[in-house]
Amino acid sequence: MSLSASDVEKVSLLARLLLTPQEIEALTSQLGQIVEYVDQLGEIDTEQVEPLAHAVELVNVWADDEVRPSLPRDEVLSGAPHRDEDSYLVPAVLGD
Amino acid sequence: MSELPYKIVIGLEVHVQLATQSKLFCRCSTQFGAPPNTQTCPVCSGMPGALPVLNREAYRMAVRAALALNCEIPEFTKWDRKQYYYPDLPKGYQISQFDLPMSQHGHLAISDPKNRFEPKRVGIIRAHLEEDAGKSMHDEQAGTADSRIDLNRCGTPLLEIVSEPEMYSPEEAKAYLTELKLLLTYLEVSDCNMQEGSLRVDANVNLHIPDPEAADGPPIATPIVEVKNMNSFRAVERALHYEADRQWEVWQESHQRLGDVPKQTRGWDENAEITRGQRSKEESSDYRYFPDPDLVPVVMSAKETAEIRNQLGELPAALRKRLEETYGIKPYDSDVLVNQGRALVDYYIELAEQCGDGKLASNWVQQDVLRLLNEREISIDDYAVRPSAFAELLAKVQDGKLDTSRGREVLAEMIEAGLSVADAMEKLGIAEVDDSELVELCQSLIAANPKIVADIQAGNLKAAGALIGQAKKQNPNVNPSRVRELCIELSSEAS
Ligand SMILES: [Zn+2]
Repeated sequence: MSLSASDVEKVSLLARLLLTPQEIEALTSQLGQIVEYVDQLGEIDTEQVEPLAHAVELVNVWADDEVRPSLPRDEVLSGAPHRDEDSYLVPAVLGD
Repeated sequence: MSELPYKIVIGLEVHVQLATQSKLFCRCSTQFGAPPNTQTCPVCSGMPGALPVLNREAYRMAVRAALALNCEIPEFTKWDRKQYYYPDLPKGYQISQFDLPMSQHGHLAISDPKNRFEPKRVGIIRAHLEEDAGKSMHDEQAGTADSRIDLNRCGTPLLEIVSEPEMYSPEEAKAYLTELKLLLTYLEVSDCNMQEGSLRVDANVNLHIPDPEAADGPPIATPIVEVKNMNSFRAVERALHYEADRQWEVWQESHQRLGDVPKQTRGWDENAEITRGQRSKEESSDYRYFPDPDLVPVVMSAKETAEIRNQLGELPAALRKRLEETYGIKPYDSDVLVNQGRALVDYYIELAEQCGDGKLASNWVQQDVLRLLNEREISIDDYAVRPSAFAELLAKVQDGKLDTSRGREVLAEMIEAGLSVADAMEKLGIAEVDDSELVELCQSLIAANPKIVADIQAGNLKAAGALIGQAKKQNPNVNPSRVRELCIELSSEAS
């Protein structure tokens, strides 16, 4: 399976990345190589193999429903590119 | 119901917030109304390297709800990432469940006490657990270019309950929501408070129109529209009525069928009472779900599921049936009582047991108790008269020692002055009239009113009303219905 430029455009839109035509061209080839690399897995016959939901063979890791302290707000917001006294600030979100 | 040229087909997607103390995958508080961004941590604010751990109580509550919705609980379930970019979703994905949800194939029975539709079962496709997103706030008045983001709600446990498209009127949809909310409230898994966003409803709506070219063939289905932003059950009902009308108009002009256009999303505008088109949603394949490597699967044996099932308690449908069978009340009445919640039902049961007349108890609870609770906006726990005292009052009504209106006066006195039945009666100057005293009084009235007696004997029972008036003048404490009974009886014996 090879990747087309329009695949890369679609994925960049979903990832909210604005790419130049040059970047799209470069990424189409680079991402294509990665996809081809992963595609090698398709060569293995898995007909008789049970699907695996998780790489670790563990189930039922729980925590009790007990509130623990959250982070102080100033610490939480300290990494935000834009903020006011109590919130993160982002470009306007209008409608739903 | 009027005959419409189409059938409206409705499926509902309901998100309910589970009533846990802490979030689904971290231990931040879920308390509503805290100052912005005071309930977050590296897990729920999407910091790299943070490790989510499943809240056992959230899972238990979800299983309770799913079992009460008659769903199958598979032994194995897992967690998936649903990817999309939005400012209130700091990780860039929502932890949800895709191909192996924790429950599926259930149903919810609904009926209408007003008989606008036949009792039916609405299928539940699936119910799965997922985390909530944060909240974005945009102050248009302030005219700023920025939106503010509060991540307190991020990671709060949600149960998403998806129905089959099997509701065929807005009334059925409202009944489904009302019954679902009541069920979840009885299960104590959610407070279902719509104002605080603990219960949110999206509706998928389209029309089925008989095919004029193939009368016996399948109906024509119009494109499905998803309706959002409905903030009350009443709003859901109105939005669905509006949407059916609108889609019928569109169909007549466009003749577009299901599949001709992409699925549209519309928002309900409460003030304008219309739905408005919203930006089209990314197709579901664009969410690029894949198993979340941070979370291990959950395995629950049939035995564990059975244990949870055994602890469901008595649910609304069973409770209604028990009230009808045990206390002889009508479905309409059991519905009113059960819809008020378990505490009121317990009050009613105690009263009905003590006074021995379930119908009388039901009438008084519905007419007098509920009215006062609504007027004063209090709960049954704060109602001043306990069932034992109430039963004493009803015993006087049953014996004919008090008629309904005097009984109400006594009840009011018991509530206002905190008096016992006897003290309230004394305060109101109600002396109990002994039956032999009453017979004597009626005999004297019969003797003094031969014309009225003749009327009664001729079959004009209304004439007895005049005797009741005279009896009341002589003794205001007499029970009018008992006087009437005695006068008619004595008249027929008189010659
Ligand atoms: Zn957290």
